[in-house]
Amino acid sequence: MTKPDFVYVTYIATTPQKVWQALIDTDVTRQYWVDPSAGCARVNVSDWKPGSRWEHRRVVDDANTADIVGKVIESTPGRRLVISWARPTEADDDSRHSRVAFDIEPYVDGLVRLTVTHADLERDPQMLAGVSGGWPKVLSNLKTLLETGHALPHSAPAT
Amino acid sequence: MDIDKVFKALADPTRRRLLDLLHRANGQTLSALCEHMDNMTRQAVTQHLQQLEQANLVAVVWQGREKLHYLNPVPLHEIHARWIAKFERSRLDALRDLKRTLEGDDHDKT
Repeated sequence: MTKPDFVYVTYIATTPQKVWQALIDTDVTRQYWVDPSAGCARVNVSDWKPGSRWEHRRVVDDANTADIVGKVIESTPGRRLVISWARPTEADDDSRHSRVAFDIEPYVDGLVRLTVTHADLERDPQMLAGVSGGWPKVLSNLKTLLETGHALPHSAPAT
Repeated sequence: MDIDKVFKALADPTRRRLLDLLHRANGQTLSALCEHMDNMTRQAVTQHLQQLEQANLVAVVWQGREKLHYLNPVPLHEIHARWIAKFERSRLDALRDLKRTLEGDDHDKT
């Protein structure tokens, strides 16, 4: 892998299996990936086998519009998931794809260390700007969901 | 992770400067960071980086034989999410933009 653009680390009081499930299971993804109360939940859909296609889809949308698509590059349940990351219009143009790796490691005191590494984003500067604010939110929602059973505390609607 | 460690790590101008440097250019080696840390020994910079790493504010990735340091904003996002309500965010952004316009970008960045 080339030098990563971003590396995000979070420690979650849970098991590696639950983190893995949260990454690939649409029922779990929809609870935390994008603020569910904002009414724009997203899910990640694939059979998660190496070489398979994956899609980041809108839930409240009969057309199942995909905002991000890519291929599963590496898939070791409970340990490591690597996917390519592309705009649907550029799904066939590998030169524009970036790459995301999720590493799940048991840590001390019943904690799991989840590392998200995003590389090759310089191929798409707009995407770089877009995802840099997104990952910390996704990871902190995921942590809250796995540790408390709720993705987010209830908050007042946006004005 | 211990939130006390996050605040302790942030309560030092040198460590905040290291985070600023990584914010500007993510994924730097110790040597690259040292170039911007005048009058400071490599050992001292290493110790500050270790404290940031223990607070999970810096993540480390090995690229071949190079150890690269990344700003990890996840603990900061948790602080943000804890005390800033969603409906306040646009107003806070407007205030920050106003302050920046009046004071310039680098004001009070110590």
